[in-house]
This record gives sequence, structure tokens and C-alpha cells, in this order.
Amino acid sequence: MSLTLQFVPYGEIENLDSTAKVNKLIKIVKEEKIILLEGRIEKNEETLLIKKTMEEIGPKFKGIELFVMYPKDEESDPIQRLKKSVVDMLLGNRQGLTIIGPATIVKEIRKDPDKIQLLTKNLSKRKKTPASRSKSTKKKTKTKKRK
Amino acid sequence: MLNIVQRFMKRLVRQFFKKKKKVKIGLYGPPNGGKTTLANRICEDWLGEEMGSVSAIEHETREIKIKEEISVKSGKKELKFNLVDTPGIATKIDYEDFVKKGMSEKKAKQRAKEATKGVIDAIKWLDEMDVVIVVLDGTKDPYSQVNITIVGNLAARDIPVLIVCNKMDLKKAKKKKIEAAFPQYDVVPISAKTGKNIDKFYEALFVIAG
Repeated sequence: MSLTLQFVPYGEIENLDSTAKVNKLIKIVKEEKIILLEGRIEKNEETLLIKKTMEEIGPKFKGIELFVMYPKDEESDPIQRLKKSVVDMLLGNRQGLTIIGPATIVKEIRKDPDKIQLLTKNLSKRKKTPASRSKSTKKKTKTKKRK
Repeated sequence: MLNIVQRFMKRLVRQFFKKKKKVKIGLYGPPNGGKTTLANRICEDWLGEEMGSVSAIEHETREIKIKEEISVKSGKKELKFNLVDTPGIATKIDYEDFVKKGMSEKKAKQRAKEATKGVIDAIKWLDEMDVVIVVLDGTKDPYSQVNITIVGNLAARDIPVLIVCNKMDLKKAKKKKIEAAFPQYDVVPISAKTGKNIDKFYEALFVIAG
């Protein structure tokens, strides 16, 4: 079982309205891909994402693991703060990083001071989809025939 | 600048309607933080009755519960409000987690279905709140994205927030961790279960909602 990471540049969602943005992200996650989104979505869009996730939960889709890395807001030097305000004004939500993964694959996303840990579930132990199950049954049958 | 004006207008409108209708205080947070235990504590203290059932299994509260006309008194001051207990907000719900905790598959699936609806309702109700108490489990890592999203959303909506560091009766509970995660908010350490520091909680409630 392979793990797919999909990079989504901010430009791809920049001009979408909140619902379209969230739908696009959910669609990718439901394809069992982990999204690395350049920048971040708005706060109200984060709750919209959770709401939409709950609406989509079913036998195959169990939800998401969400992680947003916000730009640091700890500058005490007035000049640095001013610089940061200018950068904030110019880049807005383009700053930071968002990771969204399907809960069936991503167990937890942890942030240590200087690293992000993505803990995945034991993929080999995951329940097989009906399609993969029929393939594996076929394999077993072939083996028996050889014997 | 526009943001400041918008916030001021919002606050003005909220203040106007606050006088017209009952203040709604919402209990929000992740599952199993102790929202219903705190709701029960408040209701027992001031109404003499419980609000809802509690359980060690997550998502015990799966629908919005409202207790009306709660009146909290402190000296000559009185605070009247409607208390809204909400289901815990989560980004994932898997019925198999409930099965692992001993529930039958049928019951677990039903619980998961109701829990997802509960999260949706809790989010929908955010706009209705005048004040929100965010109830966090003091023994757990406060930096979870759900916590950050809830608090960030309340700030964006300009809703006054009081953060409660619950389960202080447990040795592992750390108020400092929560304070470090949300430095711009007051954090009240309590144990809703034992009633530890509950007076400080009521004092803080008066400050934020009174």
C-alpha cells in the first residue's frame, strides 16, 4: 500500500469561495491522499471543513486529521513586528502550511518545536476494499490450483 | 481598520440584543473534556438538578442540550443565562472505536451516526452564543487542531471566551500547558467532577458574562 502526498498550491484555491474550497479539499482527501496545502484557509473555513467532513462520514470515509501551521507571532522587536505586518498584508493566508489527511491513513499529526510528525496507521493491517479483496481471493485461488 | 469597525459594530449589535433576550452561554470543546460534567455541576449548584449523562466513552453528548433560566449569585450580583451543552467537536468519528470499548456493532454505528450530526449541530450553534466556555481536559495536549480551530473561530466571531482547564483532580493535569497554548485568554483550573476551584470559575464567569 503506497502513501500519496498531494501538494496544493495556494493559487489553486485562492479564488474559490469557502464552500468550493472545502469541497475541493474533501474530494482529494476522500481519494485517500494526504494534502500539503501551501498556506492556510480562513478560520471559518476550518469549521466548515469539519462540518463538511462530518456530513461525508460513511463506511469508507472516517474523517480527517487536520494540522495548520500558522506563521510565528512572537516578534518583540518593533522593526521586526512592522516587517511582519507588511508581510502579513502582502501574503495573507499564503503563509503557513496546512496538512489534511484521511483518518483511515493518518492516525495523528504532532507538532514538536522544530518538526512535524505524521503518524500513520499500520497500512498493511487496514481493511481491504471490496475490489482489493476480490483480487486477493483470486491470488489465493491460483495458488491452490498450482498445488 | 475595516475589521476594527466591523468588530465594534458586531459588539454594539450584540450588546443591544443581549438586553432584549437571554444570554446564551455555550460549553464547547473536544469530546470527553468534561463539558457535561461542568454543566451538571452548574445545574446542581443553582437549580438542584442534573443536565445530562456522562460516560468514559467519547461522544456521550450527541445533541444540543439547553437549560434555561439559570441564575448564579455572588454577593449582590446576579447573572441569569441559558446554558447550552454541546457535543464534543471532532474531525474524525469511527464506529470501530466504540466497538473496541465494548459496544455492539449496531449500537456503535448508531452512536457514530448521531455523533457526526452532533458535531454539525455544535458548529451551527456557534453563531447563537453570547459567551463560550471552552472546556479542555487538563491532562491532554492542548495544542490539538480542534482546540485551536474552536478558539480561533470564537475570536474571529468576537465571542467572549473563558477557557477552563478541567480534571484538576488528576495529577497529570497541567494548567500551565493550556495557558501557554492560549496566552491571550484567562484559564481557570477546576475539577468539575469534585467541585475543586468552582468558586473561581463562577467569579470568572461574572467577569466575562456579567
